Amino acid sequence: MIVEAVGLRKSFGPTVVLEGVDLRVDEGSVLALLGPNGAGKTTIVRILTTLTRPDAGHATIAGYDVVREPSKVRGVISLTGQSAAVDDNQTGRENLVMIGRLMHLGRSTARQRADDLLEQFGLTGAMNRRVKTYSGGMSRRLDLAMSLIARPRVIFLDEPTTGLDPASRLTMWEAIGELVRDGTTILLTTQYLEEADRLADRIVLLDQGRITASGTADALKTQIGGERIELYFADPADALKAAGLVGGLADGLVLNLPSDGSAAHLHAVLDDLRARGPQPDRVASHRPTLDDVFLTLTA
Amino acid sequence: MHHDGLGAAVSDVATLIDRSVRLTRRNVDTLFVSILLPLLMMSLFVYVFGGAIETGTQYITYVVPGILLLTTGYGASNTAMAVADDMNSGMIDRLRSLPIRSFAVLTGHVTASVARNAISTAIVILASLAMGFEPNASPGEWVAAIGLLLLYVLALSWLAAALGVIAKSVESASALSFFMLFLPYLSSAFVQPETMPAFLRPISEHQPITPVIETVRSLLTGTPLGDSGWIALVWCTGLLAVSITAATVLYRRRMSR
Repeated sequence: MIVEAVGLRKSFGPTVVLEGVDLRVDEGSVLALLGPNGAGKTTIVRILTTLTRPDAGHATIAGYDVVREPSKVRGVISLTGQSAAVDDNQTGRENLVMIGRLMHLGRSTARQRADDLLEQFGLTGAMNRRVKTYSGGMSRRLDLAMSLIARPRVIFLDEPTTGLDPASRLTMWEAIGELVRDGTTILLTTQYLEEADRLADRIVLLDQGRITASGTADALKTQIGGERIELYFADPADALKAAGLVGGLADGLVLNLPSDGSAAHLHAVLDDLRARGPQPDRVASHRPTLDDVFLTLTA
Repeated sequence: MHHDGLGAAVSDVATLIDRSVRLTRRNVDTLFVSILLPLLMMSLFVYVFGGAIETGTQYITYVVPGILLLTTGYGASNTAMAVADDMNSGMIDRLRSLPIRSFAVLTGHVTASVARNAISTAIVILASLAMGFEPNASPGEWVAAIGLLLLYVLALSWLAAALGVIAKSVESASALSFFMLFLPYLSSAFVQPETMPAFLRPISEHQPITPVIETVRSLLTGTPLGDSGWIALVWCTGLLAVSITAATVLYRRRMSR
């Protein structure tokens, strides 16, 4: 267990941000902390990266305690925060070499690593340009490359693609995917379900400082139930009446009906209603997505 | 990967000095203004106001030490802004999550500040010589004057770093460091304090800039030194000690939030 946190609590003044959070991350796996704004994602990252002290609970990274041995922890982790931590008036290569030196790599090792990472992140052509001439996506990639220069064992990515256009997001996902293949342990926070679904082995759902669910994306989808049919009626009374006949839960004009997803089941329901009840205007079949998990569990 | 010890600390500081110097050099607007502004001020005082100010000597000879301190004040306020930029951008978290000592970042900024100020001061001295400044200092007096100016710049740069640490934005750092630009006007830099109204005179005589100016003036142009030398040294070392302590403590506090 390369990251282990038990009972983390944190308040800022009267505002309780974390109310007892436990986390475990296996070496070489990717954990996504998923939650809305203000759920406490960034606070967890800040505690695990030694930037904030927890009020209670404790956490270790690679066996080092984040409160008692912060400099040991800093030697094995890296953090890519929400705003790009790069010097606009240095070139991409200068930024990389600087961080390499501050991570106590030798001069030539730092340069070699910088060149390798520029190559890996598709920045070789721009390496001698000042960062202020970079696009948002290029700055983020450079930021991530800077986090990797000393080969950290655990990488923290705090909302790595927030604010990026779709093409840059895709490039970023590919870059992160490559790290995963190299066996790096990653803990990332995101508000995007698609991102968590795509990148993470395990997802932890966070709401108002508490973990409301955790597991693989598939397990979470299963947890809130399987497929369902949505029947739309012209009148709420019809929806209620139909619920009495075929089951399910009426919500306004919509009747939500659990289903196995088969055509036969849909047929049976519609035949039943045609024979005895109100007629729906429209029908939709719905596979659960992480959005459903998210909305169900953080409602 | 992570080493404790002096070697690592020295290497960290060297890397961060390198960074600050490079950033300074590339911030062309700021660099340009920090050299041009004192030259403009000197021209303004020598050619425009100077004729109307009675100091008992050639006005340029009177005003050059004051212009030198004005230059350093401006340079230091740039340092406050550079530090505030680090503190209020994403850079702060990057710096904090690195295994480096807390004074390394500020030392980088302060060293770059002293280097930048040394260059702008040298340019101002050369320009003043071209404009008719006639110092009568011996080599030893030059060394002493430059030494005192460097000590003053160092103290002021650490003070600026402390202001940069507490500033909530680059703009507020600029506002906080305003008094560093203003204080020289209330000193003996441009006029003799005796010509000021009674309520201003004590401020002028008991603020740190006046003894520093009087000492530099005495060393370079042979005016009477009196107690100014010692008072200037005490002010500068005191300010330096207080500023380093304040900057380091405030930086640590800001970092541990």
